Amino acid sequence: MSEIKVDDTVDITDVVCPVTFVKAKVALEELEEGEVLSIRMNEGEPVQNVPRSIKDEGHQILKLIDREDGTYDLLVRKTGS
Amino acid sequence: MAVDYATLKKGGFMRQKQKNYFSLRLRVVGGNVTAKQLAKIAMVSEQYGKGYVHLTSRQSVEIPFIKLEQIDEVKNALAQGDVEPGVCGPRVRTITACQGAAICPSGCIDTYTLAKKLDERYFARELPHKFKFGITGCQNNCLKAEENDVGIKGGIRVKWIPDSCIGCGVCVKACRSGAIAMEEGKIKVDQDRCNFCGRCTKACPADAYEETHGYIVSFGGLFGNSISTGETVIPLIEDEDALFRVCDAAIQFFEENANAGERLKFTIDRIGWEKFKTVIKEAYEG
Repeated sequence: MSEIKVDDTVDITDVVCPVTFVKAKVALEELEEGEVLSIRMNEGEPVQNVPRSIKDEGHQILKLIDREDGTYDLLVRKTGS
Repeated sequence: MAVDYATLKKGGFMRQKQKNYFSLRLRVVGGNVTAKQLAKIAMVSEQYGKGYVHLTSRQSVEIPFIKLEQIDEVKNALAQGDVEPGVCGPRVRTITACQGAAICPSGCIDTYTLAKKLDERYFARELPHKFKFGITGCQNNCLKAEENDVGIKGGIRVKWIPDSCIGCGVCVKACRSGAIAMEEGKIKVDQDRCNFCGRCTKACPADAYEETHGYIVSFGGLFGNSISTGETVIPLIEDEDALFRVCDAAIQFFEENANAGERLKFTIDRIGWEKFKTVIKEAYEG
């Protein structure tokens, strides 16, 4: 896969469910349609649930990058308004 | 005034400590009550009760402080709002359900539709003792399936579709059973570890899983004076006809073998789990 251009980043490793999703959602709202957000999240509950919630909102999940330090970067393309 | 003892016997009228007062249990299916029903229930509780209702532990509604001599009047008033008395005693009780796939993002089965079907099929059926059905939409088990005589839990059997997969790895992380591994871009699902929770396919951004929705059925659950977790006999029942055959078989087993006042778990313990499992497997295979 070619390199994906990231337009903005948000770190949700400092919050817990359900604020993880809320923080990611707020960050996505700041973006224009088609732009890509990189969301940094913790292992465990966030990585199990946040990608699915983002998908349920209709956004496109591009990639999950394992940073191998207990955190992940989820690349999401904003879809719809 | 004549008292409808047949209705009283079915137990929708729960005797109170206060002489000649009943807490009237209402028939609720799958935890849903319409606005029309609620309005009528509110009216009846104000007019005939004390202006409040009690929500039972199994999704029913009771109107306390109904007077014995007003039973018929109350029943007629409730009927105008599509509300019926519920049941108590040795019979099939309220079919409980979470909101399921119709509402909840986690749901794997349409719990309410199934609750209505089970209600039509079994509600108030006379048996040697109480018999409870509970339906929960997924492994989160909000409705506590295994505390019921028959518990039904929604599940999804998944099959990876290589051509649709983008190799993002979200499903590997979404799985809580460690059943999914990605090796050189290929997904492997360990069917022995899979608990049919469906988190992988629900999280998958590329629809790269084929889904077969089904029912995980447990038997012999209890959560009263004795506590016991219902046990599953068949890992996942994939069609509704087979589910009904299995439920029929469990009820029939109970009817034929239970002593009066004995819950399904104790009947199975006494007759033998191997015998019970054989009955269920035969029903499943049709």
